[in-house]
Formats: sequence, structure tokens, C-alpha cells
Amino acid sequence: MARKTPLNELHHASGARMVDFGGWEMPLHYGSQVEEHHAVRRDAGLFDVSHMRVVDFHGAGARDLLRRVLANDVAKLSTRGKALYSCMLSEDGGVLDDLITYAFGDDFFRSIVNAATAEKDLAWLEAQRARFAPGVRIVPRTDLAIIAIQGPRARERFWAAHPELRAGTEALPPFHALLAGETMVARTGYTGEDGFEIALPAGESAAMWRSLVEAGARPCGLGARDTLRLEAGMNLYGQDMDERVSPLDAGLAWTVDLSGERDFVGRRALLAHHQRHEFLGLVLLDGGGVLRSHQKVHLDGAAGEVTSGTFSPTLGRSIALARLPRGARAGDTAEVEVRGKRLRARVVKPVFVRRGQSLVDPEEAR
Amino acid sequence: MKLPKDLRYTESHEWARRESDGTVAVGITDHAQEQLGDIVFVEAPQPGRKVKKGEAVGVVESVKAASDIYAPVSGTIAATNAGLSTAPEQVNADAFGAWMYRIKPDDPAELETLLDAAAYEKSASA
Repeated sequence: MARKTPLNELHHASGARMVDFGGWEMPLHYGSQVEEHHAVRRDAGLFDVSHMRVVDFHGAGARDLLRRVLANDVAKLSTRGKALYSCMLSEDGGVLDDLITYAFGDDFFRSIVNAATAEKDLAWLEAQRARFAPGVRIVPRTDLAIIAIQGPRARERFWAAHPELRAGTEALPPFHALLAGETMVARTGYTGEDGFEIALPAGESAAMWRSLVEAGARPCGLGARDTLRLEAGMNLYGQDMDERVSPLDAGLAWTVDLSGERDFVGRRALLAHHQRHEFLGLVLLDGGGVLRSHQKVHLDGAAGEVTSGTFSPTLGRSIALARLPRGARAGDTAEVEVRGKRLRARVVKPVFVRRGQSLVDPEEAR
Repeated sequence: MKLPKDLRYTESHEWARRESDGTVAVGITDHAQEQLGDIVFVEAPQPGRKVKKGEAVGVVESVKAASDIYAPVSGTIAATNAGLSTAPEQVNADAFGAWMYRIKPDDPAELETLLDAAAYEKSASA
């Protein structure tokens, strides 16, 4: 039996096409994935991401525990509500999960982890806690739902529906969150657009969803979420990286803080192995298909692999994230095996669209 | 399920229609486009190619997945719908209008061996 979010009935009532995603019954789209995608780039879209798990860390040792289990350093979280993107690594340096952690005080941190990895993460975190920080309390918040509102008009539509939250969230800088009672409003997202992610008690989530739809935000499924995050050049766990992949080979070196002597899990493995691949973007030059994960890439006689591929609704052509041979650079031309044919693709920096604007040079991509 | 009664169907979700010039126009059903989601690419077989009934002759790609298109009858490819290469979303908008290719059938009677609307509906909802 697939698990259901508190908004499940609302999705069915809205005519969503539901699919299994990491053991959860989630909306794929509510009619047209491409129109939902455009709604987020041009106005505001609404996502149910309650399948993701909020995990709270309480206690005097919380900061030290997180400095040990995360590859990025929560010591950077100098102001209350500030957020940090990081990987959690295994001793071998593979990525156990990627997550965002918010600081709400020296003894209160909150992370949001992926749905499919949540149980595994919690077991691993519990083992680390027992060993290094027995005084810390780890609380999985299965009582919370998460709604994301994203797009150039997302914040104004949110405030139209919830004027009471305007004062507290208007001055919120990107990658910061406000905690108002049990409701968290974070200026974060997974689309490359402005907006908020809202974690709130499950029982209040349907009213929140309805109010945001009434304010003009369009419900969007996981299909649009995937094309949006790919255009924004954001990795998807399980596809662009997993336990067998080093963050250095998944374009995530910027999230690994090797400065100083901080002893985090996976540090030794990263120092011993170094980078083996370039993680870059591809834009399909030839017609004739769509880039998809696991397709083989050929570049100067060496092989690589598409890790995520799709058709980009904003660019009107196929794009991908790919693990390429060392030395591959933006501007190179690669060949991708698409259903038995070799199609040409331009290697680009892996951010295709941000804030509604294409970052791919139209001349370069011809 | 939206299913014109005057068309024939396959279990692999193609529809086939006899045209006035004796060729058979082929597309995918409304049910198929709905399953695939937004269609972004259609690859039809080259005119002149000989095809056998049940042979994979083309591909439809949506944002979600790639899916083969099969020949409903044996014959020779007579034409392709060039409009779909620039506007593949026509398949989503009007699945039964957006023909992908036409076959000159070896045996005109073969069309009658395909599923009718009622039989297809049963097969597709099984």
C-alpha cells in the first residue's frame, strides 16, 4: 500500500494523475505537466511535498552532531533561520542523502530529507547520535505536511492568502526561514524561481492548499517539479547521485567543506579519492529524441553517462545532467546514444534556466 | 473513453483509418496520449519502407518516456505527417486527428481483423 500525504484527497478531487513515488502516492500532473511548468516560470505553482521528511535536532550537542554528519558545515549558519544545503556521506564518501538544514538556535536545528531515504537516514542518524551525541534528541516530524509555492508571483500570492504572515516573511532573505509557532516558512525551493516552502501541521495543510489555489497558484505535480529542477541544474537524489557516487563527481564539491580539521563522516574518503568525473549539462543539438538517464555519452573517445534528462519546456529542446570524462568542458560537443542513434549535444554549465531566463547561449546551442 | 466508432484499433494503442485513396492512416489513441503525458517528439517511418503488421516502426516521446509505435497492418509507408515534427503537442490536443503516417496495405482486408471500438475499450481497460 502506497503512503498518502494529508493532501491526497484534494489531489484526487482535482483530477490529478497519481503515481507511486518512493512508496508514496503522489500527483504526477493535474492535466498538463508542461503547462504546470510554465505556470511556475511565469506566475506561481503549488506543490505537495509532504512525502519529504522534516527531522528536528534538539539539545546542546545538536550543532556538534550536525557538524559531524554533514559534509557542509552548519557553523556557517550564523543567523537564526539561515539554511544550508549539504550531503550526508557514508564512510566511503558516497552520498547517503542530500538535505537542507535550518538553524533555529544553538540547540535546535531542522533538516528536510528525501522521502525514499527517510527511514534509512533516520536509522543512520540514530546510530551516529548514540555514539557521538547521546544527549541530542532526534524527532522525525511525521505530523507535518510540506507545501511549496514557487514562481515570480509566488510570494505576493502567498501574502494575499495569508496577510498575517507577511510581516514576518517579507524581509526573509533567500535561503532563510521563519518559524511562527508550528508553521515554518522558508524562502527555498527546487525550481530555480523565488518562493516559499511551508512546513505546517498536517491538519492545517488542506486549508493552506485551498487558500493558495484561491489566491491564484496553480497545482503542479512531480512531473513539472522534475523538469523545473533539471532546468535549474539541481541534482535529484537516486538519479544524479547515490551511495556509490562521491559528491565530487556529482557537481556537489561546493557543498563539501574541507576547510580546517572538522572530522565529518566521509572526509577521509574524499581526501583519498579526489574527483574522477566532470558533472556538467548537455543541450541536445540534433532533433531526433529526448535525453534520458542511463544513456551513454561519447566525448573524445571516452565514455560518460546521462544521469537525468528531459525535454525542457522553457528552452524547447532536450537537456540533461551528465557524468562526463575528466577534462570535459562547457563548449565541447559530445555524442549521446539515443535509441541506437548518436545525437550531438553541447556541453554546458549545468544551470539552464534561472528566474525565468534561459542561461544557455542561443548561438552556442544551435 | 473517447473512441470514434469508425476507426479500428490495436492492443498496442494505435488507431487505424481507411482513407479515400486506399491508404490506412495511423495514430495513437486518446487513451495512449493521456498515459504518455505531454508529447514532445514523434518519429514516423520513412515513406517507401516495407513494414509488417506488429513491427515497431516509429517512436513517440513524451516528457516522461519514449514509446514505440507499431504497424497495425502490413504494407508500404505512403506518407508521414510532417506537421507533427514541429508541433508534436497536436497529438495531445487531438489524438484521433493527428495521424502519424499512412500505409498502403498489402491486403486491404487486413484492417478488418483489428479491434473495433468496443473491443479496444475492453482491452485498454483490462
